[in-house]
Amino acid sequence: MNILKAILDAFANPIFYSLTLSAATPLLFASLGGLFSEKTGVTNIALEGIMLLGAFSGILGTALFGSPWIGIILAMISGAAAAALHAWASINFQANQIVSATAIILLAQGLTGFLLEPVFGKPGSTEIYDKIPKIELKFLGKGSFLYNMIGSLSPFVYLALILVVVSWFIIYKTKLGLRIIAVGENPEAADTLGVSVYGIRWFGVLMSGLLASLGGAYLSVGELGQFTENMTNGKGFIALAAMILGNWTPKGALFACLLFGAADAMNEQLQSNPSLAIPSSAKPLFNLIPFVITLIVVAGFVGKTRSPAADGVPYEKKG
Amino acid sequence: MPFHIPQEEEYKDYAVVMKGIVKQFPKVLANDNVDLYIKRGEIHAIVGENGAGKSTLMNQLYGLYNADAGKILINGKEIAIDNPKDAIAVGIGMVHQHFMLVGPLSVAENIVLGDEPTKKFNLFDLKRARREVKKISEEYGLKVDVDAKIEDISVGTQQRVEILKTLFRGADILILDEPTAVLTPQETEELFVVLRNLQNDGKTIIFITHKLNEVIAVSNNVTVMRGGKVTGQIPTKETSTRELANMMVGREVLLRVEKEKKEAGEKVLEVQDLKVNDNRDLPAVKGVSFDIRKGEILGIAGVAGNGQSELEDALTGLRKKIAGTVTFNGVDISTATPRDIREAGMSHIAADRYKYAMVKEFTVAYNIALGRHYKQPFADGGFLNHRKINAISKELVKKFDVRPPEIQLSAENLSGGNQQKMVVAREFDYNPLCMVVSQPTRGLDIGAIEFIHSTILDLRQEDVAILLISMELEEILSLSDRILVMYEGQIMGEVTPDEVTMEELGLMMAGSTLEEARSEADE
Ligand SMILES: Nc1ncnc2c1ncn2[C@@H]1O[C@H](COP(=O)(O)OP(=O)(O)O)[C@@H](O)[C@H]1O
Ligand SMILES: [Mg+2]
Repeated sequence: MNILKAILDAFANPIFYSLTLSAATPLLFASLGGLFSEKTGVTNIALEGIMLLGAFSGILGTALFGSPWIGIILAMISGAAAAALHAWASINFQANQIVSATAIILLAQGLTGFLLEPVFGKPGSTEIYDKIPKIELKFLGKGSFLYNMIGSLSPFVYLALILVVVSWFIIYKTKLGLRIIAVGENPEAADTLGVSVYGIRWFGVLMSGLLASLGGAYLSVGELGQFTENMTNGKGFIALAAMILGNWTPKGALFACLLFGAADAMNEQLQSNPSLAIPSSAKPLFNLIPFVITLIVVAGFVGKTRSPAADGVPYEKKG
Repeated sequence: MPFHIPQEEEYKDYAVVMKGIVKQFPKVLANDNVDLYIKRGEIHAIVGENGAGKSTLMNQLYGLYNADAGKILINGKEIAIDNPKDAIAVGIGMVHQHFMLVGPLSVAENIVLGDEPTKKFNLFDLKRARREVKKISEEYGLKVDVDAKIEDISVGTQQRVEILKTLFRGADILILDEPTAVLTPQETEELFVVLRNLQNDGKTIIFITHKLNEVIAVSNNVTVMRGGKVTGQIPTKETSTRELANMMVGREVLLRVEKEKKEAGEKVLEVQDLKVNDNRDLPAVKGVSFDIRKGEILGIAGVAGNGQSELEDALTGLRKKIAGTVTFNGVDISTATPRDIREAGMSHIAADRYKYAMVKEFTVAYNIALGRHYKQPFADGGFLNHRKINAISKELVKKFDVRPPEIQLSAENLSGGNQQKMVVAREFDYNPLCMVVSQPTRGLDIGAIEFIHSTILDLRQEDVAILLISMELEEILSLSDRILVMYEGQIMGEVTPDEVTMEELGLMMAGSTLEEARSEADE
């Protein structure tokens, strides 16, 4: 049983855990983003597109200004802009939220694909630029098990974990959070108490733009240092699945993202395990592992989760 | 003394004066030059049939709609109320016809929403919210568990939460839009006690209903509306339910249909030890047995959620029966499908009209064909026969007075009463042996109720066996030949309408046996 041994090997390897964390990070940003949007009652399947825009703008900012930090800022601006488009159409004009979000995904794919060559001079991918440096925990001892596990992680990883706590705090401990829940469950009730339904929903959707674009920026300026065409590769949708699996809670999203991240990490470990000798023609099949796990887990759990009651239902102010 | 119409200098004694209010919706003139005078400290009832414009008028007072014309004066001062915030600021609170509550949040959180107490850094202070809510709840005798989630508490308690919401915001003028539509008789009594207490505290109360005995029981003055206009203003002491009904409907109405004496025939439906589970798969009907004979109306009384809807679904084949047998016209239908059951001669007026009885996007004609669309005369070898469908629908719409009599209109454009008439028309046209009728007049107004009641009695006259499930005690008492009271999935007892009072029935619905109810009612 080579495969079983390979799996056990992976679990014993510290790299597996650091890979899990870094694979979970972009998902976590986008998942928390989706959470904010859906908690206020606006679905946002455009996470995929917003991440892609974030990844592209991150590199663009780095290339233009020479600093990946400015890249991050540009990424957040573009994410917020795309989210604003979605908010405007689906909140103020009560457009179909799936259609509006799909349009944003197509727009993001088209725009980044089209701009790649004229801006960066070659098709497919950009040059390699500066990345956000990793945080080295030297005191763990270079080469130690613990160091290999968590000693050299991107600041994005820490930020994502902090954002889980921050999101939980905002939603469950603040005035704003109470209003977010109320608007997502029963906007009419909130409206009759003088709570601005549109204002709260705008906040939720903009948060989804900011967070998802950070997730995208992590892929480019945090991890690779370059942008490649369609580099999000479905991560926005997996993030959406993680949000559902996590039952629309930050803590749930964290566990779901770690699960999907682990699936991704396992896939990588198995593919690179020489004892399995996976032929390169079979690799695309292995790349399906995270998606298959998503499908199975979501199909198994989705009946047990409960979305905000007014999720996806436009609210029309009365005459 | 007739109703006093105040002069301008008297407005300062009036909590609310609305003058010349006009509100035009795309298709209807909902308020047509309405004047309303509410004296400070009174309980003022507004009555009118569904669609009369009562809620529209109140929604303008609460700032949810903006009037096209007219003015509003609060305590003599003219003010503009553009949104609920403005209304709350001048001391108006409203309990809406459909509750405005957030299910997964707690009682305390619902009450403070939009006006939350905060602590340092502007953080939500749940402790203080709980404390403040507890305080006003004790002050006004409105008992609630501040930590319970809204989705876990009864409708009566939810209503208390709604009232507390307005009091928390310091409301002096309370609007209650059809507050009793969802309550049991006991809960209604409790509400009236609360309203009188609030009145003693100096609050002004506007109470909307179309149940006229409630108006007589609790109000000081009444305003009657019909078709967007005010058709009567009168002190309660000087009027009667009969007079109010006539003002409401614009013609003489029968408040209680006359039932002829009739011998029941042979057994048609026999239910033995039936057990049914609810949606969460917990027992909802826990072994009930009864039978119904030809030309007999068997009433099932009970507070919502005591297994009646599961019983209804099980009998009509919409829900699996866990145990027991149902014999219909000599045939075992325990495992039959809804279509088999219909083919065997049972028709069904479902409590949940939008879920089961009609497709609101379909035309009236299609709704009338629904369920028989696959067979003659509605279909010919797999194709709909539109000529026949239209002809039959036209005839039924006329016979059952569905207004407007347009068979090509989508059903969603009809009022609730007319949708129900359309459903009744179709079910009547099945020529059934037995009909399961559930909450047939829920939300309907006096005119439509009168029509539906007389139709049900016509069916009885034609020897149909009828199972009538209803939460309206008046309805059960005036139509049934025998009454079963259901409580927590079981039958508390069988009574006949002339041996039991409304109060005793109410107590049985809360879980007493007939003997217990009798002795308690005597005290
Ligand atoms: N938001 C709305 N848009 C269009 N028509 C409405 C709206 N609200 C109410 N109406 C119509 O206005 C009329 C009055 O309705 P409503 O005030 O709800 O009556 P009531 O409360 O007396 O039953 C009805 O014909 C109703 O269909
Ligand atoms: Mg109304």
